[in-house]
Amino acid sequence: MLAFNFFGATEGGLFDINATLPLMAIQVVALTYILNSLFFKPVGNVVEKREKFVSNNVIEAKNKLSEVKKLEADLLTQLQSARTEAQRIVSEAEEESDKLYKEALELANNEANASKEKARLEIESQTSAARDQLSKQADVLSELIVNRLILEK
Amino acid sequence: MPSNFAALEVGQHLYWQIGNIRLHGQVFLTSWILLGALLVFISFGTKKMENDPKGLQNLLEFLWDYIRDLARTQIGEKVYRDWMPFIGTLFLFVFVSNWGGALIPWRLIKLPSGELGAPTADINTTIALALLVSLSYFYAGLSNKGWRYFEYYVHPTPIMLPFKILEDFTKPLSLSFRLFGNILADELVVGVLVFLVPLILPIPVMFLGLFTSAIQALIFATLAAYYIGEAVEEHH
Repeated sequence: MLAFNFFGATEGGLFDINATLPLMAIQVVALTYILNSLFFKPVGNVVEKREKFVSNNVIEAKNKLSEVKKLEADLLTQLQSARTEAQRIVSEAEEESDKLYKEALELANNEANASKEKARLEIESQTSAARDQLSKQADVLSELIVNRLILEK
Repeated sequence: MPSNFAALEVGQHLYWQIGNIRLHGQVFLTSWILLGALLVFISFGTKKMENDPKGLQNLLEFLWDYIRDLARTQIGEKVYRDWMPFIGTLFLFVFVSNWGGALIPWRLIKLPSGELGAPTADINTTIALALLVSLSYFYAGLSNKGWRYFEYYVHPTPIMLPFKILEDFTKPLSLSFRLFGNILADELVVGVLVFLVPLILPIPVMFLGLFTSAIQALIFATLAAYYIGEAVEEHH
């Protein structure tokens, strides 16, 4: 076992108050200064720097998030207007093509009718011409028949 | 020698004589050893401070945060920064002294008279701490509010004046005796139990002692911060 050879007398008691008190007070004050420069200041600097860093980042992220939300809403309205515009264009084009189709149909119908009429007229005229010719030839033939019959008699 | 190992010594001191002043040597010896260990621990932990804490730095930052919360809740947002080192030092000093006294087998070191133990089991240490707290809250109140600090004494009504004056005496008294009594009682209980039943039985009491020691450190620091907070508080 260790033995310490400090000189000293035994006396006192539990409540023996002496110069230990002020010296301990001075020691604690000195310890306060030492711990302040060794512990509280450096650790506080690091921790507070980090806290500032974190809160700055959080603020920045929040700003960015709100910006993103604003942009998103903006894009959404743009998209909406583009959709309605597209719908309008599509329906317009449909109407137009419908109109064009009807026009073309009408034109074609008219044309067909006209050519049908023309053809009918032509056929009619040819028919009458043929009939004329036929009657003429019938006349000639009948005359020939009549002549022959007359001559043979 | 078991009788030496478990002997009880109450009120015995190792006296150092310097000129015509006398000191309790055992108190300084243990406090120097414990504070030296604390300072070595802290200088190791803060040697390489990084933004991304590792190892010991984590522990020290946790400790710092704990002390800051303690000071901030008791003293208030405005001036807690000025007093945080003092409150933290009180906490660390009392905590290290209490735990050091309870955990280290000081009895293995023989002294010619008295025995090594927790520095806070000596009435001189606790009175020194309590008086420092008293001076601090007076200083805090006067430096923050000037002479208006004394409005505190007549705060809700002037009837409070004698009680508030009495409080200035009871605060250091209760602070010092609470700490002294708890730590000394813990040492005595463990000592008596070790003296009577040297095996196993004292262990739960030793754990209880560790618990008491930690709680006493917290109570001392919290009350000191509360007194300072009370002195700097603005009454409306």
